[in-house]
Amino acid sequence: MAFYHALQIEETRCIGCSRCMKICPTEAIRIGGGKAAIQEHRCIDCGRCYEVCPAQAISIKDDDFSIFRKYPHSVALLPSVFLGQFPDDISVSKVYASLYELGFAHVMEVESAAIIYKEAKEKYAREHPDIRPLISSFCPAIVRLIQIKYPSLAENIMPIKVPLDLSAMYALEELTRRGVPREQIGLFYITPCAAKVAAVKAPVGEEKSIIDGVINMNMLYNGVYKHIKDVGKSHQFPPVTRHRLSADAILSTLTNGERRLCSAKRSYAIDGIQNVMDFLDKLENDEVEGVEFLELRACDQGCAGALLSCDNRFLCGERMYARARRAAERERNGEMPRDREMDQYKDYLIDNSQLDEVQPRSMMVLDENISKALEKMERIERLKTHLPQIDCGVCGAPTCEAFATDVVCDKAHLQQCVFYRLHLEAQGKMTLNEGRSNMYSVWGDDRISGEIDV
Amino acid sequence: MHQEYTVVEGDFVNAGKASSSVKKTLKQLNVNPQVVKRVVVALYEAEVNAIAHAYGGKVLVDIDADKIKMVVADKGPGIPDIALAMQEGYSTARPEVRDMGFGAGMGLPNMQKNVDKLNVTSEVGVGTTVEMEVNFN
Repeated sequence: MAFYHALQIEETRCIGCSRCMKICPTEAIRIGGGKAAIQEHRCIDCGRCYEVCPAQAISIKDDDFSIFRKYPHSVALLPSVFLGQFPDDISVSKVYASLYELGFAHVMEVESAAIIYKEAKEKYAREHPDIRPLISSFCPAIVRLIQIKYPSLAENIMPIKVPLDLSAMYALEELTRRGVPREQIGLFYITPCAAKVAAVKAPVGEEKSIIDGVINMNMLYNGVYKHIKDVGKSHQFPPVTRHRLSADAILSTLTNGERRLCSAKRSYAIDGIQNVMDFLDKLENDEVEGVEFLELRACDQGCAGALLSCDNRFLCGERMYARARRAAERERNGEMPRDREMDQYKDYLIDNSQLDEVQPRSMMVLDENISKALEKMERIERLKTHLPQIDCGVCGAPTCEAFATDVVCDKAHLQQCVFYRLHLEAQGKMTLNEGRSNMYSVWGDDRISGEIDV
Repeated sequence: MHQEYTVVEGDFVNAGKASSSVKKTLKQLNVNPQVVKRVVVALYEAEVNAIAHAYGGKVLVDIDADKIKMVVADKGPGIPDIALAMQEGYSTARPEVRDMGFGAGMGLPNMQKNVDKLNVTSEVGVGTTVEMEVNFN
């Protein structure tokens, strides 16, 4: 079975430095022939590899930036972190106006649906009192992490459509009500990360997403920034009727954004994939008692720290807090946040927010047949005792243990271990040339050229 | 396949090391996640018991295609009345152990609930051996 992935390695750019292999939290990357390759069934599209790649060889499969222009009713589904990217002198209204001038017919922040999402989760919690803790479906990298690494917790994920899907449903309903035919409507998500691309292109818990395309947030940032510079300071931007989000909605994608709105007696908001894994390990052992709700995010600081958030995560986060404070001030003065406009569709959205249950698809299984799996495991254990256990990575796998598993599952040769090769060479069982060609098979043959003179 | 772990008296920091390791093994063997959960919960309780009540011990794990056998054998004060110890809420844990969140008297009952076979043998002043079995199917 093939899994869709939004992250891809461009072979021509990859320098085989193995930084990605060492940082990957699910050990999904191996080096071969001097290039990194992603093992599909293990990748969760978290993007840690993208962040560390020094050669920009890892890219996100987004759609062509200009496709939205093909649709008379193109809708930009904007994450509020996009607005957090811009310095203070570029106001929210200016960004909205620029998006219209760039050709979007409609602009809508996906967090407009944050409060409806919250209510859909509360409804699910009421209807499923036997499932605790409930885990938020918000972060698609976390949903995939649980599927592959914590299969016993898959049933704890609330199968509820996230604000992105709910806001897309709302936009579609509203435009349809106004008499716009579906083929004229183009729903485009401006994505801050790779996992959201995968979530749109290959959703978990439903057949197909209604979203028509995904635009890289960095590309749009460049587009908007350039537009503002191009039109100059004296440019009169058209007045915009923009969605004034509530403070709660603006903050919802940051760490604690969901937890602060939930009424659970005990809940945790955890960000950073390693922190999440540490916690899930404990949770899976039943070592954490009485937890009712978990907000888990792959990125430090939530979406402000997303892959395609081009500014520093703390600067971006603070801008969002500043915007939320202004919104809260307006709310105190009696102004109704515009996200309430969605309220007329609330029942429809909540009724259609349910997804199919999240299915586990464990990456850990050595063999479907337990006897064969046991046999493999015993071989892995034996092999491990012979390996150096220093996780040097010269074999092309991130750890000795991962390498032992690869060898037993016929995905690697034992001769790829440099220590084992030296051992064989010392015993006269392998020639220097054979050893060298083994090394080249993993790292390529151009690592060292010519004489070294220091 | 056979695995062994050592449990050290009073070392609550490392409580759960054996059960975590066993969990990883069972996941790799494609054992049903709900069964894995039962094994892990039971073994964790037994580990904590050996840490809290005894002077350390050993965890012996044997896995074959149908089931897992776990033996937690400690050297310690032993249990004078096993039937009493099996009752929910009965605990002899010291106050400082309870302060750490352990010793609620749910250990043995929780093991009983999660395993298919449980056998506790004990000799006062010598130690306690908890044998547990969980079938995979």
